[in-house]
Amino acid sequence: MSGNPAKVRLSREHCRTLLHQMLRIRRFEEKCAELYTQEKIRGFLHLYIGEEAVAVGVMQALAPEDAVVATYREHGHALMKGVPADTIMAEMFGKQEGCSGGRGGSMHLFDTEHRFYGGNAIVAGGLPIAAGLALADTLADRSRITTCFFGEGAVAEGEFHEALNLAALWQLPVLFVCENNLYAMGTALDLSESQTDISAKAACYDIASEAVDGMDVVAVEVAARRAVAAIHETGRPRFLECRTYRFRAHSMYDPQLYRAKEEVEAWKERGPIRRFKTWAFEAGELRESDVAEIEAEIAREIDQAVAFAQDGTWEPVADLTRHVGAERRP
Amino acid sequence: MGVFTMPSLGADMEAGTLVEWLKQPGERVDHGDIIAVVETDKGAIEVEVFEAGEIEALLVDPGQSVPVGTALARIAGDGHAEGHVSDDAGIDTDKPPAAAAAAVSPPEQKRPPRIAAELRASPAARTLAADRGIDLAAITGTGPDGAIQLSDVESAGVQPATAHSNGVDPSAMRRAIAAAMGRSKRDIPHYYLMHRIDMAPTLSWLSKYNEARAPAERLLLGVVLLKAAAVAVGDFPDFNGFYKADGYQPSEAVHVGSAISIRGGGLAAPAIRNTAEHSLPDLMKKLRDLVARTRRGELRSSEIGDPTVTISSLGERGVDSLWPIIYPPQVAIIGFGSPRTHPWASDDALAIRPVMNVSLAGDHRANDGHRGALLLRHIEELLAHPEDL
Amino acid sequence: MTDLTYREAMRGAIRTAMQEDERVFLMGEDVGHYGGCYAVTKGLLEEFGPQRIRDTPLSESAFTGAGIGAAMNGVRPIVEIMTCNFSLLALDQIMNNAATMRHMSGGQVTVPIVIRMATGGGRQLAAQHSHSLEGWYAHIPGLRVLAPATVEDAGGMLGPALADPDPVLIFENALLYNETGPAGDPGSVDIDHAAIRREGSDISLITYGGSLGKTLAAAGQLAGDGIDAEVLDLRVLRPLDDDAILATLAKTRRCVIVDEGWRSGSLSAEIMARIVEQGFWTLDAPLARVCSEEVPIPYAAHLEEAALPSAEKIVTAARTVLGR
Repeated sequence: MSGNPAKVRLSREHCRTLLHQMLRIRRFEEKCAELYTQEKIRGFLHLYIGEEAVAVGVMQALAPEDAVVATYREHGHALMKGVPADTIMAEMFGKQEGCSGGRGGSMHLFDTEHRFYGGNAIVAGGLPIAAGLALADTLADRSRITTCFFGEGAVAEGEFHEALNLAALWQLPVLFVCENNLYAMGTALDLSESQTDISAKAACYDIASEAVDGMDVVAVEVAARRAVAAIHETGRPRFLECRTYRFRAHSMYDPQLYRAKEEVEAWKERGPIRRFKTWAFEAGELRESDVAEIEAEIAREIDQAVAFAQDGTWEPVADLTRHVGAERRP
Repeated sequence: MGVFTMPSLGADMEAGTLVEWLKQPGERVDHGDIIAVVETDKGAIEVEVFEAGEIEALLVDPGQSVPVGTALARIAGDGHAEGHVSDDAGIDTDKPPAAAAAAVSPPEQKRPPRIAAELRASPAARTLAADRGIDLAAITGTGPDGAIQLSDVESAGVQPATAHSNGVDPSAMRRAIAAAMGRSKRDIPHYYLMHRIDMAPTLSWLSKYNEARAPAERLLLGVVLLKAAAVAVGDFPDFNGFYKADGYQPSEAVHVGSAISIRGGGLAAPAIRNTAEHSLPDLMKKLRDLVARTRRGELRSSEIGDPTVTISSLGERGVDSLWPIIYPPQVAIIGFGSPRTHPWASDDALAIRPVMNVSLAGDHRANDGHRGALLLRHIEELLAHPEDL
Repeated sequence: MTDLTYREAMRGAIRTAMQEDERVFLMGEDVGHYGGCYAVTKGLLEEFGPQRIRDTPLSESAFTGAGIGAAMNGVRPIVEIMTCNFSLLALDQIMNNAATMRHMSGGQVTVPIVIRMATGGGRQLAAQHSHSLEGWYAHIPGLRVLAPATVEDAGGMLGPALADPDPVLIFENALLYNETGPAGDPGSVDIDHAAIRREGSDISLITYGGSLGKTLAAAGQLAGDGIDAEVLDLRVLRPLDDDAILATLAKTRRCVIVDEGWRSGSLSAEIMARIVEQGFWTLDAPLARVCSEEVPIPYAAHLEEAALPSAEKIVTAARTVLGR
C-alpha cells in the first residue's frame, strides 16, 4: 500500500467496510452486465469495475449532508452515497420504483434524500452544477461540501476550466475528483491532451491538488480526508486526481480496439480489490471467512435488489408527460 | 442445466457471428469466464458466461451468424448461486407494456370559442360552394364534427345523380336546387329575351335524315338544338363563362349543360364537354348516354361542375315558352319551348308553320340585351341550315 | 401612476425581489461594477453587496451551470446573460441540465432559476449581437420562456418567475430598455397568459416582445384605412397560450404573426401549426407572417432595417390577407 497504511490506523472493522463496499460495487455491476445481456437492462451501461477504490475511498471522507455529483459511470458512487441497491436496480430496469422513477436509467441515478445529484451524462457538465450547489451552501452559510466526480476526458472541455476558475475565484467548497482511467471512451489521454499531468491544470487555477494511486483504496481515503479537511478549514476548493483503470469496456457494446489486452491484464494485477485483500490478509486484519461472509451478504443484497426491480411496476404510459414541469405552480 | 445464449450487447445489436469458442465440451466454466468471441457490427467482442458448470454441448459452429438470444451452448450447471433472473432468461415475462398509441391520449383538440351556430366548412369546400352557388347551410357535412368538406359540396351538386335512382334523396336534391336557384335569384340581375322561330327547315331536314335510318341511329330535335346553341355561344363569348368574385371570366371551351328532369322530381344539368366539336350523331350518342346515366345516378362530378352555359329544352310535350334561371356561376341559359304549329305570316301570306319560342336569360353583369338578341338571331340562322351543323 | 423606463421597471423588480427574499441573488457578466451592459443592474452592487450581486468571469456555461446548481440547493438565482447570442455558450447547461433535471430525476430535483438575457436587433450590432433566439428556447420542454413587451411586464414578470418552481427564461428586447410607460401593478402580472393590447374585429396581429410596438403602429395605420386589427401580445412563448390565440382567431378569422426570429422553424411557424391544428374550421383566409429575413443581421443600417419586421411590412401583410 502506498502512503504507509500502518500510519492510518485501519481498524479491522474499517478494513471490512472498505472490502465490503468495493466488492459490493463489483458484484452489483457484474450482475448488471449479466442482466444487460439478457435485455433486462437497456440503453448504455457503463461499468465502474476496476475503479471501485476511488468511490469507496473518497466517500469515506464525506458526511451524509455533503452533496455528490457524478458521471454516467456512477453506480458505485450512488451505492456508496447510500442510495439503496434496490432502487438503483429498479431504475436500471426502468421501473417506477427506481431512484429516478424509471426516467433516468443507468446514466441518471438521482436521490436527493441522500444528496446524490446524478448521473450527469454530458462530459464536464456536472462541474458547474457542483460549483452551484457549493455556492448555495456558501450563501446560506451551511458548512457542507460538494464532491464532483468526473473522468480525465472532462479536462478537455471548456466547462472544466470555467468551473475550476469559478470555484477558486469564489472560494467554493468543492472537492473535484478526477477519475483518470486513461481513456476518454476510446481515446487515450496522450492523444487528447497537450499536458497530461491533470493535477497541474488545477494548480494553474490556484487550486491545491494531489494525485493519488486510484487503485489503492486506503491512499484514496487518506488523500480525500486531507482534502475535505482542508476545504472545511479554508473554504476553498481542492482537486484530487485518482489514477485508475477501467477493466471492462467503455460500455457493453465496445470491442476495445483502442487498447491491448496485455495492458488490461497488467492493470488487473493491480486491481483494487485484489490488492487490498492481499494486504489485509497479510496484515492479519481479515480472513477468508470474512470474505465468504461479505460475499454472502452482498449476494443476498443483490438478489433482493434484482427481485425488487423485477417486481417493480411499469409507469402507466398515461403519465408520460409528468415531471416536465411542476404539477402545482404558485 | 443452463443455456448460454447470444448476448445482447447493445440496443442496436440484433445478431452476432460466433468467431471462436474459447471453451470446449467437458471443460468447466465459472461465472464471468470468457467463453467465446463474437463478431458484431462494431468489431470482435469477448463474451462472458454468467453460469458456473461444465460445458455439455456447443450448439453453434464458428462462422455462424445468429440473432440475439439464440442458444449457443448447454452448460450442466452447479446450480448458480446468484440471481433468479437468469433462470427465466429467454422466457421473459417482464417486458414493459407496448407503448400502445392509444394509451397516450392525443393532444387535446382545443375548441376555440365558437361563434353562435358556427358553420364548419373547409376553405376548399367554401370555395367550391361559392363557385357553384350552393348554400352551405343546406349541406350536411361528413367531416370532423359535421364539418363540410370538399366532397360534401361536390356530392351536394350531383345528389340526384350520384345516388342510384332508387337511392336518390329527393329532399337533399330539393335543398341543392333551392340553394343554387335561391342564390341565382338573389345575386344575378337577370334579363329575358324571347324570339319566335320558324322550325320548318329544321324539322323537314330532320325527318328526311331519320327516314332512311334505323331507330337507334335517328336524331332527336333536342340534339340539333344543343349543337346550334353550342355553336352560337362559341361566337358570343360574353354568354359562355363564369361570373366569380373577381368578375366575369369567359371560357374558351364550350361545355353546354342540358337540363335533364329526373323521374320522381328534380333535375340535373350535366355537360357534354366541347359540345360544338362533336358531330350530330356523336352528340346524339352522348346525350342518350348522359340522360340514361343521369337518371340512373351515375354522373361524374366533372360533368356537373363543367357547364359553361346551359340549355333547357321542353321537348315536344311541353308548353310554348319558358323563362329559365341561370345556374351560377354561369351567365346565361337558353330555353327552347315546344314546337307547335302556328299561323305564320310569310311573304304577305298566312301560312301554317311549326314554330318554336327560344328564350334567353342573361346575367346583366356579364352581357347585355342587345348582344342577347344577336345571339338568338344567330341560333335562328343556324337552325335554318341544320345540314351545316 | 408614474411612468418608468423598461430598464427602471426591471431594476425595480430585481431590487424588490432581493429585498423580499434573501435567497435571491444575481450574477452575470458586468452586472456589478460596470452596472450591467444595459445598465439594468446599476446601483444594485452598492445596495446589496458583492455576495448577492456577483460579477462573473466570461464563462457563460460555468456561471449558468452554477446558477442551476445553486437553484437545486435552495437559493433563487437570477442569471443575466449579456445577449442571447452569448447564451449559446451556456446552451448545454440550459438544455441538458436546467430543462431536464426534474424529469431525469423522476421529479426529485427542481431548478427554480431565472435566466434573463437581451435579445433582438435594430442597433447596428451586426451578426453576433442581434439575433432573436427565443424561439429556439421555446422549443424545449421543461423551460418557461417569457418576453415582456411593456414596462408593466418588465416590472411584473420577475416576481412570478422567481416564484416558479421551474427554470424561467426572460428575453428582454434591447430596444425596449429606454421605452417609457406606466409602471402598472406588478402584483397583477401573470406569466401564463397572452394579452390583447388592442381590440379589433377584422384581423388578428399576433406578436411579442420587441415587435409589439411595430405591430401596434401597424394596427394604427390599418385603422386609418378602415381595417380594425386586434393585437395579441403573446407574453409567454412557452407554454404558448393556445386559448388566447384561438380566441382571437375565432373572432377575426384572419391573422398575421409578427416574429423577429427567422421564418424557418420559427415560433411563428409553431403558432401557425397550432392554428391549423386547432382552429382550421374558423379560418377565412390564409395565415401570414412577418419575420426577420433569412440572413445574419447585417451592420449597415438600411440593410438591418430591411432585415427586421417593420410596421410597413405588417401593414402590407395584413392587407394581403384581407385582399384590400
